[in-house]
Amino acid sequence: MSATGIGPGFTRLAWVVAVLPLVSAALTLFFGKRTPGRGWIYGVTAVGAGFVLSLLVLWHFVQGGGATSSSVSWFTIGPLHVEAGQFVDGLTAIMLIVVTGISLAVHVYSIGYMQGDVRFTWFYVVLSVFTAAMLDVVIADNLIQLLVGWEVMGLCSYLLIGHWWEERINSNAAIKAFITTRIGDVPFMFGIFVLIAATGFHSASIQQVGELVGGADVSRGLVSVAALLLFGGTIGKSAQFPLHVWLPDAMQGPTPVSALIHAATMVAAGVYLVGRLYSVFLHAAPEVLRFVGVIGGITMFGAALLALVQDDIKRVLAYSTVSQLAYMVTAMSVGPPGRDAAFFHLFTHAFFKALLFLGAGCLIHAVHSNNMSEMGGLWRRMPVTFWTFAFGSAALAGVPPLAGFWSKDELLVAASKGHAVVFTLMLVTALVTAFYTTRMVMQTFFGPYRGHGEPHEAPAVMTGPLVALAFGTITVGFLGAAVTGGVFFKWVFFEAPEPVTFVLWVVTLSILAAGLGILAGWYVYRDQPEPDPAFQLGWLSSLLVNKFYLDEVYMHGIVLPVRDRASAAVVWFDRNVIDGVVNGTARLTKDLALGTDVFDRTVVDGAVNGVAQTAGFTGGLLRYLQSGNVQRYAAFLFVGVLVLAIVITRV
Amino acid sequence: MIRLPLVLFFSAALFSTGVYGVLARRNAVLVLMSIELMLNAVNVNLVAFSQFWHDVTGQVFALFVIAVAAAEVGIGLAIVILIYRNRETINVDEVNLLKW
Amino acid sequence: MTGQEYAFAVLALVGTVSAIRLVTAKNVVHAALYLVVTLSVVGGVYLLLAAEFVGWVQILIYVGAIVILFLFGLMLTRAPIGREALDNQQRGIAFLIGLGVLGGLVFLIQGAFSWSGPRLRPSVGTTAELGQSLFRQWVLPFEAVSFLLLAALIGAVVLSRRDDRP
Repeated sequence: MSATGIGPGFTRLAWVVAVLPLVSAALTLFFGKRTPGRGWIYGVTAVGAGFVLSLLVLWHFVQGGGATSSSVSWFTIGPLHVEAGQFVDGLTAIMLIVVTGISLAVHVYSIGYMQGDVRFTWFYVVLSVFTAAMLDVVIADNLIQLLVGWEVMGLCSYLLIGHWWEERINSNAAIKAFITTRIGDVPFMFGIFVLIAATGFHSASIQQVGELVGGADVSRGLVSVAALLLFGGTIGKSAQFPLHVWLPDAMQGPTPVSALIHAATMVAAGVYLVGRLYSVFLHAAPEVLRFVGVIGGITMFGAALLALVQDDIKRVLAYSTVSQLAYMVTAMSVGPPGRDAAFFHLFTHAFFKALLFLGAGCLIHAVHSNNMSEMGGLWRRMPVTFWTFAFGSAALAGVPPLAGFWSKDELLVAASKGHAVVFTLMLVTALVTAFYTTRMVMQTFFGPYRGHGEPHEAPAVMTGPLVALAFGTITVGFLGAAVTGGVFFKWVFFEAPEPVTFVLWVVTLSILAAGLGILAGWYVYRDQPEPDPAFQLGWLSSLLVNKFYLDEVYMHGIVLPVRDRASAAVVWFDRNVIDGVVNGTARLTKDLALGTDVFDRTVVDGAVNGVAQTAGFTGGLLRYLQSGNVQRYAAFLFVGVLVLAIVITRV
Repeated sequence: MIRLPLVLFFSAALFSTGVYGVLARRNAVLVLMSIELMLNAVNVNLVAFSQFWHDVTGQVFALFVIAVAAAEVGIGLAIVILIYRNRETINVDEVNLLKW
Repeated sequence: MTGQEYAFAVLALVGTVSAIRLVTAKNVVHAALYLVVTLSVVGGVYLLLAAEFVGWVQILIYVGAIVILFLFGLMLTRAPIGREALDNQQRGIAFLIGLGVLGGLVFLIQGAFSWSGPRLRPSVGTTAELGQSLFRQWVLPFEAVSFLLLAALIGAVVLSRRDDRP
């Protein structure tokens, strides 16, 4: 796609959406503590305005034609000229709405959820900064700008996961998240460098890169390498196998954080990356996309299985997120229709996943526990939460006519065209997804209440966003459904809009899978069996409960050897060699100084003192001339006169 | 008559004796005496040359020398007496406040 | 050697010996007496050289007044009359210097006049001639000397005054 000039109306102002949260972050940081309400007003206003502006951007984009971009010059290194600017196409507009919308919901929800928190104001600061960073990623027209937003997001994620860092477990989770995503960020960065190199070090613009890789000037091998490296970033950020291990632990952070960052936005950035730079993946060797599909497939199915055995409701949702993201990644591997379908699923998933997380937050807030084994029978006491949660779960399971159904359907349709393995895997995973989702709902809302205390409905400031998101869950699906014309795909497409077709057999299979899963779930869990059947599957249970022993593998295979051996070696090197050199230099200098001092004292001072002593000595000798004895003076006088006399008269 | 060099030798002898006396004597009065000796030697010289040049100026100057010597002895002895009063001694060795 | 020369030789010998005794006497009064002898001898030499006024003035002033002054000085300063060493540490050097002075002078003299040299023929020296020269050519120095004597007189009186004002 080529960018025409500056677009009409509000599309020109897309960058404002990204800047507003930064302004509010600064305001919150400086004035938040003094503002009544401790500063949520700035963030909510900024993101709210951003949301409205995003709608306007979409509206004007739809009216105008084609993608637009505008930028200003940022910096130049040698031949490389990097700009900072915005690239606005349908995808950008959709992403803007998603990010600002979910962020707004979370900002409002947090007024209630984080009330009385020790670092309430700081929470909002980081939340706003994060929103700004994600928006930067979404509107970026060049790779460097994208990288900046990407990294800032990682930082904010770390800060927010570790928001209650007084507990060791929280700070550990934050570190795990940061380091794991970092492992993915390194190849990502190198991927960017490879792409910049492919442009001959001229530009980092995404468009130019996209055009270049399609041409004949760049070798396929180079493009494949770049694609693989970029995908490394996706594996890290979007928690794909093998770097998925940080996402479940990231649930230690406050639930609004989980909703925003680890469900709807940041983790989606990895998927967004693949989709944005799709031409790189398309023009790479076909093995690259196959690899992407393999990773996605493993993650998709494995995470779904892991979600079966979780007691912590947030962990169920976390694994579910990993699985759904993997759906998108797998779809990306199928081809351009899969890419578009993946973005549609990203769009819908943001809504219902955020809804589910926020609902879970209400539940946790009510029963003061994350564990589903301490919930139950809450459908009466928390009706708003129950109904919204139910809609969200249904969407996740793929129940029509909710959004999740339509997007999952599109994914299946894309896979159905020639990728049998992917299709089958997706279908099976959909069944498992429906099953664990039902399990979750049954255990949480039905049966006797197994906890302590008096759970009650959440305050309006928390249930309000739930309702809004539920509304979105119900409605947005129709944007991409075949029955309504699939207008979504007229906005978000790769090179050319694909017509959305209604494939009956796919739809049937999809409904069947969902139905079967729900039925099975209802059947197994309708009586609240104790203990949970999921834990009674023998070796399968222990395998799943221990997360395929992956954490142990990482710990003993990587972390401990690095910490104990590699780090120890580096420390040894640092202490003995480097410090040795430094200390040696210091010692040498000291000895030199000592030597100089000795030299100074003996030779130099000796010379100076020697001069003085000589003067004193000669003076001491000469003083005998001044004896006070007149006759001695007279003696000298006479001698002198005598000498003079002889000299004058005879010489 | 008398050969000039002989007179001059006599004057020289007196003078050098006076020099020895100035330098070697401890008693201040004796030093003054030696100075007188030297002055006399000078006078002898003056008179001898006055007769050599047939000019009476030499003798006139000898007179002046005698007068000055007298004045000098007067003052010198006054000072010696003062020193004696202050220090109970006129040993020149012991009058050495200007020593280093 | 004429008769005068003989006389002179004798006088010179006596004078030299007494001068030497003057500077080496252990008894201060003896030294003073030797001074008298030396001064008288010098007076005699003057007379031999036909400088009659100078000669008698020599006797008058030196022997008559100055020696008395010396003796008074010796008395007032309780000069030790006895056999104490009156020479100081410098004796050796002083002797050398004296010898050197003598040698130097002799050297100069003989360089100027050789050992025998011209003979003196005394012609001037009468009181009248002296007076003439003194009060004509040298009247100014004469007046100056009289001032000098006045100053010395006053000075000596002032210096030796006992400072015992109430």
